[in-house]
Amino acid sequence: MHIVICIKQVPDSAQIRVHPVTNTIMRQGVPTIINPYDLFALEEALRLRDAYGGEVTVLSMGPPMAENALRKALSYGADRAVLLTDRYFAGSDTLATSFALSQAIAKVGETFGTPDIVFTGKQTIDGDTAQVGPGIAKRLGLLQLTYVAKIASIDLAAREINVERRCEGGMQLLKSRLPCLVTMLEGTNEIRRGSLQEALCAARSQVVKWSAADAGIEDLTRCGLRGSPTVVKRVFAPTPRAEKAERIETAEKTPRDLADELVAALFTRQPELAHELAFNNDA
Amino acid sequence: MIEEEFDAIVIGAGMSGNAAAYTMASQGLKVLQLERGEYPGSKNVQGAIMYANMLEKIIPDFRDDAPLERHLVEQRLWVMDDTSHTGIHHRSDHFNEAKPNRYTIIRAQFDKWFSRKVREAGATVLCETTVTELVRDGRDRVIGVRTDRTGGIIGADVVVLAEGVCGLLGTRAGLRSMPKPETVALAVKEMHFLPEEVIEQRFGLNGDEGCVIEAVGTISRGMAGLGFLYTNKESISLGVGCLVSDFAAAMESPYALLDAFKNHPSIRPLIAGSEVKEYAAHLIPEGGYKAIPQLFGDGWVLVGDAAQLNNAVHREGSNLAMTSGRIAAEAIVQLKRRSHPMTKRNLSLYKIMLDNSFVVKDLRKYKDMPALLHTNSCNFFTTYPQLLSKAAQNFLRVDGTPKIDKEKATTAAFVKARSRWGLVSDAVRLACAWR
Repeated sequence: MHIVICIKQVPDSAQIRVHPVTNTIMRQGVPTIINPYDLFALEEALRLRDAYGGEVTVLSMGPPMAENALRKALSYGADRAVLLTDRYFAGSDTLATSFALSQAIAKVGETFGTPDIVFTGKQTIDGDTAQVGPGIAKRLGLLQLTYVAKIASIDLAAREINVERRCEGGMQLLKSRLPCLVTMLEGTNEIRRGSLQEALCAARSQVVKWSAADAGIEDLTRCGLRGSPTVVKRVFAPTPRAEKAERIETAEKTPRDLADELVAALFTRQPELAHELAFNNDA
Repeated sequence: MIEEEFDAIVIGAGMSGNAAAYTMASQGLKVLQLERGEYPGSKNVQGAIMYANMLEKIIPDFRDDAPLERHLVEQRLWVMDDTSHTGIHHRSDHFNEAKPNRYTIIRAQFDKWFSRKVREAGATVLCETTVTELVRDGRDRVIGVRTDRTGGIIGADVVVLAEGVCGLLGTRAGLRSMPKPETVALAVKEMHFLPEEVIEQRFGLNGDEGCVIEAVGTISRGMAGLGFLYTNKESISLGVGCLVSDFAAAMESPYALLDAFKNHPSIRPLIAGSEVKEYAAHLIPEGGYKAIPQLFGDGWVLVGDAAQLNNAVHREGSNLAMTSGRIAAEAIVQLKRRSHPMTKRNLSLYKIMLDNSFVVKDLRKYKDMPALLHTNSCNFFTTYPQLLSKAAQNFLRVDGTPKIDKEKATTAAFVKARSRWGLVSDAVRLACAWR
């Protein structure tokens, strides 16, 4: 089995401060880490490899310094690391990132064997969009399993995977076909400490570095700033509202009464809403 | 089970460990270096001044790419009481040479660079790996190490312990004893960030020039200690250090000393408006010559702080560390070339070479200094600084008192504080310890 996992080197957001005057993020001197959600995905990938055999390839797109994150991933026991790095990728939003990564995954497939599972973290802690994983799946035509808490089992012969997916108000047990893309949630595992052998191996192995051309990306207009329609117009720290929330006591009231009370409260505050609704009902 | 065999294992990636690993690897030995920190430098703390000569002997062209802050052109030695300082300053354009002699550095960056050189020289460097045990054979020879990672033993002909001042591993293995409170100083420091041009203005520096202030006096509250201020490119390293035994006896807190130093009227304006971004503390071996433990044995050598090699009088540590690491490595390389086993007897070559270097010669010169400063610390660090301040003020203040009376008053103050016999005795003892 070949597993590809996408990781991102991110600033440790616990140590980031916002500049009091300019409202910009002060990245200077902030240590970098592997995106924590990616570590859950990496551990899950390593567990699957240990249980079912195969290889784990770690892939990252980023500046040359992202090599450190990949070295770390190797020391946890990953078999191979590929860094996609090129100035053409600078300024990528989620659209451009998922494009570049999907192309690189295709190239990884050609070079090292077609992946059975592609992992990503649920989201990164610097962007928080959770769009790159699904973006990759869509572009590669992979079935996608998002917000997965745990891989329950894999049947390689039947090419099937069973996962636990967290959803609002519960847990879904899903079965899917392989190959697929899984975005992992936090919580069910913790990244391991690589053995002495794995650490020695990681210290000696080279991170494979690919430029856009190496990864077979021809359309550079879809990469980096040029391929990114997202524009950050302004960054600001939200100020908490001064007014207090109104409370409706729930004691010994039926849901119906509570709903009536809530609607009444809304209409008192926003009379125009009441008129609009009344008008619509009449029509 | 032995996982893999190396010619040498170096424990620790500080100055001495990097010097040893680099020297051996560049001579073709198969070297493994183990470091407990996340990256080399992440656990290392120093003032820090780096002396070029000792690094040149290891990496001659280090200036090409090493992260250096400023080369030093000015040294200020201050004797302080609570409100004044009296200083000897030396500044010379001769220090603006093509290959300057001393640099300020930031260890977290410098050590990363040094470690890259070690890896480029061919050594395998493993971080986040703590050595838990020295492994010995039936004849008590060290044959390898065990780590906190799962797996077996890593074997080596010789283990270089460059694990730093506390030497937990060497102590556990019975190779040395834990440093005593009276032979180690505890230094605390802060990094104060200021714009480059502000630092240059305040200290009268051009470009990469740097300035050092070292201060003794009432700032150490009667304890044997030193305050320091080093200029980096965009920051100032500032700290104080005193003997651990003195801290314990005086019930003083290091942070309180540092706070007082920062707020001293002579220091405060130099760091005004700065932002503190980092603080650190470290033990410094200050026992001198008499505290040096056994440096070699069957299959092992001690280098750097782990060997207590530090010149407290001249505040030199990292250069002794680099040099001891290099010399140990050269001894090992020589033995390896001649296919001699790494026995205690053969490894005594390291001690012979080290004894002939400045490292041991300097420490031997000042062998009595630690004891003197320790027993008489109150006189040297409080009484004399206060007398000196008063004398200087008396000399400079013009108030109609005849000069002859002023001089008499100053002499009387010295005699009253220490008695004639005390003054002579202090002078003689200081001279003897210095000689």
